[in-house]
Amino acid sequence: MEPIEVEKVQHILESYIDKDVYIHLETTNGAYASHFNDKAYNVGAYIRNAQVNFSQAKIIGDGNTFRAGLKLELGWVYAEGLTEWTLHKDNQLLLAGHDSEGRLMVALHISETPLGQ
Amino acid sequence: MNRMEKQVVVILPHPDDESFGAAGTIAQFREQGVPVTYLCGTLGEMGRNMGSPAFANRETLPDIRKEELINACSKLDIDLRMLGYRDKTVEFEDKQEVAKDLKHHLDELEPSLVITHYPEYAVHPDHNAMGAAAVEAVRLMAPEKRPVVWAQAISNNYTAELGQPDIVNDVTPTFDRKMEAIMAHESQASGILGQFRESPALSDDLQEAAKQQLGVERFYVWNFK
Repeated sequence: MEPIEVEKVQHILESYIDKDVYIHLETTNGAYASHFNDKAYNVGAYIRNAQVNFSQAKIIGDGNTFRAGLKLELGWVYAEGLTEWTLHKDNQLLLAGHDSEGRLMVALHISETPLGQ
Repeated sequence: MNRMEKQVVVILPHPDDESFGAAGTIAQFREQGVPVTYLCGTLGEMGRNMGSPAFANRETLPDIRKEELINACSKLDIDLRMLGYRDKTVEFEDKQEVAKDLKHHLDELEPSLVITHYPEYAVHPDHNAMGAAAVEAVRLMAPEKRPVVWAQAISNNYTAELGQPDIVNDVTPTFDRKMEAIMAHESQASGILGQFRESPALSDDLQEAAKQQLGVERFYVWNFK
């Protein structure tokens, strides 16, 4: 993945507007957070291949970390801490944020076809 | 480790569980000519380590880890069966269905020994769930056909609650093979080995830290009474 280039990502986000798309939205601090630090506990959530349709999409940030917001008819999809992007299989936009060790902390993927099982 | 085994089946949920947890013991069995089959539950699809520097992403990770798993099993010279469950979801499957699935393999392979995780003491929910299903699969077998089960605990509190493990296996003689298997899991190895450095009790030197942490493999013999 590459550091987020706002113009490119914004352009791709807009290509999904008013289409039924599949998303993967995830955040995690790892399955061993509390094992290695007794003051921490494991936090994570993911939703995979939820179908949504958004009318507006933006990526905004300070040049290092970014937030993405997708405006749905009845709500929002939101992700924070995004730092990198890639286009997977030509049509799947992957946005992710990693910690200093390169471990995934947050991910937002958007695709016009279902994401892999 | 004195008894000669006929066939060993390792039942763990993630690619790399076999290498970090039991590769030294597995390598010893292979040196004795004992066949070993790994029933690997998932492809570790939801792992957060993406390589260091990162070369995987969430969408490419399953195929990458599958390849790493095949390579690690080849280094260990063991048979591999991938069970097709999904990372982080094993505990939400029907336990009896998973147990029946595992029993099907055990009935066919007729192992003398099964190695799995100790349910409730294995930290990751997939470890606990796969361990519980493995124990259940063996329990479903006729008592005279049951293999011995070695269960591996990982939690920080396990000796306090379970007492000393029955099997304390010094794997120094096969440690190089174990590290080869671990390093075959390229996307995971450096991240996980790196976590040992976060523990102040362990050395900064990665190889040394790995040896302190991974040079002994411990198991409890499951009691079906």
